[in-house]
Amino acid sequence: MAKKVLETININKYFYDPVKFRVLSDINMSINEGEFVSVVGKSGCGKSTLLYILSTMDTDYEGELLINDVNLTKKTDKDLAVVRNEHIGFVFQFHYLLSEYNVLRNVMLPGIKLAKYPLKEIEHRAMEHLRTLDMADQALKSPNQLSGGQKQRVAIARALINDPIIIMGDEPTGNLDKKNSDMVFDIFNNLVKERNQALLIVTHDPDFAARTHRTIEMADGRIIS
Amino acid sequence: MNYRLILNIAINLIRARLKQSIIAAVGVTFGIAMFITLLGFMNGLNNLLDGLMLNRTPHVRLYNEVKPSIDQPVLISKDYKGNTNFIQSIKPKDRGREIYNSKAIINILKQDKRVIDVAPKVTAPVFFNTGSIEITGVVNGIDVPAEEHLFKVSDYIIEGNVFDLNNENNTIIIGKGLAEKMLVKIGDVIKITTIKGGLVSLKVVGIMQIGIAEIDNTMSYTSLRTAQMLLGESASYITDIQVKLTDVLMAPAVAKEYKNKFKIDVIDAQTANSQFETGSEVRSIISYAVGITLLIVAGFGIYNILNMMIYEKMDSIAILKATGFSGNDVKWIFISLALIIGIVGGLFGLLFGFSLSQIIDMIPFETSSLPTIKTYPIDYKITYYVIGLTFAICTTAIAGLFPALKASKIDPVEIIRGK
Repeated sequence: MAKKVLETININKYFYDPVKFRVLSDINMSINEGEFVSVVGKSGCGKSTLLYILSTMDTDYEGELLINDVNLTKKTDKDLAVVRNEHIGFVFQFHYLLSEYNVLRNVMLPGIKLAKYPLKEIEHRAMEHLRTLDMADQALKSPNQLSGGQKQRVAIARALINDPIIIMGDEPTGNLDKKNSDMVFDIFNNLVKERNQALLIVTHDPDFAARTHRTIEMADGRIIS
Repeated sequence: MNYRLILNIAINLIRARLKQSIIAAVGVTFGIAMFITLLGFMNGLNNLLDGLMLNRTPHVRLYNEVKPSIDQPVLISKDYKGNTNFIQSIKPKDRGREIYNSKAIINILKQDKRVIDVAPKVTAPVFFNTGSIEITGVVNGIDVPAEEHLFKVSDYIIEGNVFDLNNENNTIIIGKGLAEKMLVKIGDVIKITTIKGGLVSLKVVGIMQIGIAEIDNTMSYTSLRTAQMLLGESASYITDIQVKLTDVLMAPAVAKEYKNKFKIDVIDAQTANSQFETGSEVRSIISYAVGITLLIVAGFGIYNILNMMIYEKMDSIAILKATGFSGNDVKWIFISLALIIGIVGGLFGLLFGFSLSQIIDMIPFETSSLPTIKTYPIDYKITYYVIGLTFAICTTAIAGLFPALKASKIDPVEIIRGK
């Protein structure tokens, strides 16, 4: 049986403003390594909220979250930052590259933060990732010289730099046209096949979801299938 | 924590907002430069004014005070012992103004290691006669080499030479005010009446100006011997013994010691010039207050600019947090940013402050009252530079701390979802 990389036990979340409102109810789910999972649902069903809890950035919830068999509930901000740095890669709908740095440096940044490898090695690995994403020739450009699809590929390369066990995406193709969106899907698909990394992608795009291994459908803060 | 990375990010944030960062740094530069200049200038003036007084006054002066006897007869009487005695209409005791055994005292003082040199002096109130007018004044009989060594009297002699007092008997150097009143110049002979009625003719060999009108109108110098002759006293007659110490701060303690040792009245420079000390202290406090105010204003500038930067860089902060930077890391990024601005601005401030001081130092400042001063005085004490830089770093660190704490508390989820 494949190893579980992420598991949730009875996660509940409330919004208190303006009135107390239950956004997530008893979420129990798990993702294995090498699994490509998509989360779909209507706007406001809580899928993004769930993703941010899973990503450890949102800590205001009830229940338990395990990543790589480590219980992350009640860990400090500092410990969670380390987990995010080492085990989780992120791709957002908007590209969120640092405009102060060039493309290569953006990709390298989480690697330098982790400091697992010397700088030269990180640079080499970053170039490798950019090459597989067909972005090697743009490495020294500034992020705002790139198109939307190119930026998203840089963001993916950045998510990969520390070899995370799970990559999460919040509508990574939401802002892209069909062609770029397909390309991003292919990149994700290759990651799962070749690197055995797990992928958890929140999406609005039914075509995209249909092509993943498993689709989690949410409604009113519950997993319905 | 990866300090190099944090520093690198801070530097890149500065480079991305170079113009604003420079403006913030210029604020610090201006504050520090003014702080340094102001303090240097103020204290230069302070030292000048203190020197005007302190250089001319002995650190410790031994003399006979005009005062009543401490042991009144009634206190010695056995009948009234233990009673509280009220004595009225006490008059000071006439002990003469001569210091007894002055030669021996001078010899002991000269052997004291804390003492630089000792200068004996005879002061005598006299009348200067010009026509039918008598002008009250004072004759100071000085030991010329010792006086020159201790107080550099030659600095204040505007015409003639102080050593002529020794070369020729019956000579005098008079204050500028006095010379103008009596319409005399070097080589003229003036007549002096002592308080005992003796009339003496002395030749003017010099004119001096200290810069304090009251003194220049009444003061005169003669040699020790001439003064003793004027008063009809012997060569052992001394009214004041002036002592200069290696460290002026020891003066009060030393004065106390001599008082007990020689049973004589002793006054130290600090007590004699207490009003000057207060004056310079107040001036120092004012200059520090103004300098620190400038730096605090610069600190607010940094605070504003960092706050703005944080609002602009919300996205970057969110992404840094999402990719594994903790709140603490983000906090240090912004504190380093503030410190870089503070240190760079501060160092330039020191440089500009020094240059500004040098410029002021070159501005001519010639007043007739201060013959030795040609330009504005500046104090280049290293302490001001150290305080300036330390304060620059502290202000910017504190100014940076609040925005940095705010940045560290930014919730990345809100920013990323807010789009």
